[in-house]
Amino acid sequence: MTRRALLERGIAALTGLMALIVGLPIIGYLLGPLIKPTPLQYVDVGAVDRFPVGQTTLVKFHDPSPLPWAGQLADTALWVRRREASGPNAFQVFSVHCTHLGCPVNWRPGAGIFECPCHGGVFYEDGTVAGGPPRRPLFQLRWRVAGTHLEIESAPLPTVQSKA
Amino acid sequence: MRRLLRWLNERLELQDSLVPLVDHPVPRELGSRVGWFYVFGSVTLALFIVQVVTGVALAMTYVPAPISAYDSLRFITDDAVLGRLVRGIHYWGAAAMVILVLVHMTQVFLFGAHRYPRELNWMSGSILLLLTLAMAFTGQLLRWDQDAYWAVVVAAEQVGRVPLIGDLMAHVVVAGNDVGGATLTRFFATHVFLIPALIFGLIGVHLYLVVKRGISEPPKPGQGVDRATYKERYEAVLAQGIPFYPEVVWRDVVVAFGAVAIVVALAATVGPVALGQPPDPTVILADPRPDWYFLGYFALLALIPPDAETVVIVLLPLLAFAFLFLLPLARPFGERHWSRRPGAVAVVAIPFIAYVALIVAGEQSPWSPILTRTASLPPAVTAGLDAQQRRGADLFLSKGCWSCHMIDGSGGRKGPDLSRIAARQSPDRIVQRILSGGGGNMPSYAATISPQDLADLTAFLETRR
Repeated sequence: MTRRALLERGIAALTGLMALIVGLPIIGYLLGPLIKPTPLQYVDVGAVDRFPVGQTTLVKFHDPSPLPWAGQLADTALWVRRREASGPNAFQVFSVHCTHLGCPVNWRPGAGIFECPCHGGVFYEDGTVAGGPPRRPLFQLRWRVAGTHLEIESAPLPTVQSKA
Repeated sequence: MRRLLRWLNERLELQDSLVPLVDHPVPRELGSRVGWFYVFGSVTLALFIVQVVTGVALAMTYVPAPISAYDSLRFITDDAVLGRLVRGIHYWGAAAMVILVLVHMTQVFLFGAHRYPRELNWMSGSILLLLTLAMAFTGQLLRWDQDAYWAVVVAAEQVGRVPLIGDLMAHVVVAGNDVGGATLTRFFATHVFLIPALIFGLIGVHLYLVVKRGISEPPKPGQGVDRATYKERYEAVLAQGIPFYPEVVWRDVVVAFGAVAIVVALAATVGPVALGQPPDPTVILADPRPDWYFLGYFALLALIPPDAETVVIVLLPLLAFAFLFLLPLARPFGERHWSRRPGAVAVVAIPFIAYVALIVAGEQSPWSPILTRTASLPPAVTAGLDAQQRRGADLFLSKGCWSCHMIDGSGGRKGPDLSRIAARQSPDRIVQRILSGGGGNMPSYAATISPQDLADLTAFLETRR
């Protein structure tokens, strides 16, 4: 190898190495939320008695461990449908996000349907599709009854690829 | 003064860098009226500088944390001295920049200036278009009102459509499980550091190429680009050329002044787009709409068949960009004049007309049920109804029929207009339709409507003939 070729390779290698030792940590930093995800947890949304059988209610709750500067974004809303007084089918908990593109679905108690304001998606009371562009039923969240209170598992923003 | 200039020039030696740049010869025709077609690149650059200056000013006050972003924008708009004007210039400047980039590209394309040897000018320009749109989108999010919040959600859902890694990518976009404390700062850093840095760099490349390759001569019908002869011919054109400064650039400055003056005038009179409600995820009675330049895309997503969605959301933008980017490589040589390139005129005109139509459709959103306004029917519709028909009219409102169906001009446009429904359909068909739904959009009410309500509602609809 000539002196020139050696220098050229050395320059390229050192420059590349500089980019690497700074670049890799940056990429890791930016992907941080995926590498160290916030753990999901059950959140108390109130006494079971708050939810009359046969009704669908909007529930709002505060993320118990938000970033201190999250402000209102720490608040979440969900639709809770009480189907029966008790048992494994007592509740259905729906994400407010339409399964089409995520806009907020609105429950119309008179009509017994959920409607989406963006592209006109419509869902029945049980979350199945009634019309419009959506292809899958409303996203559901896990819930449990602890004593006399309903607890809901906080879940990530659902996408069409979400399992639930 | 003279001594200072001499001192500076001895060190800077501008006579072989900046001076030739300013004086570089351009085709003689640009000194005539056709020169007015060649101003749009400079005007876009002027608007970009306006965006940088107003953007830096806004960043001095804007607080990019979810807990305070909205309030700081309220402060800029309502309280800060000249804040409303500065925000207005930034808002209208963004709109003007999107328009001017498209006008500039249209002119270049119709004049055949994207052909050999200026393919890279076009390709760098098409990335600049992409970055301009990315600025428009991220900028709209920084408003951090209700529309902005839902725009982030919708953007994440669209990214979520990418096969296999969509869910992962969606959560990279929102920087976490959900739109939260970490999301806004990412979009802020992207909008004020990352994309502008790329734009600065690419404008450098773009301008270097403009000077290096020279401004294209106005095309003449029949005189195409030929690899063997073009460079020689262009050199002959430049030998007869005139200096860019000030013979040609004065037109650029005149139009740039006009554009900036219009932007400032709009900012001073109309003002910036109004802030919506605060970004509260629990206020779900929202009616999210993107700014006008994305409204056509918003409309497209409502109008295409649902099964084609993933293709349209994921592939269409990629294909559209690849088409633009690679365009000059497809046919680098040949005819330049638009009058001999009907296909080129169609490639400009058809998407333009289609997108304007989509923006109009997005503005009207006939596919959306009306959720945010109180339902009511015109008095003329309910006048003279008997008790049962009147109950039916009330049910028409309370059962949500009105959200999607119009009667005498009142109601939604998602479903058919029911003003004359009884003249079109028998009572049996009306009942059947209410119970079983259908047509892709009408829900079935079989489980939620009582026989009495159904009879009342049908009695009301029977009056509509």
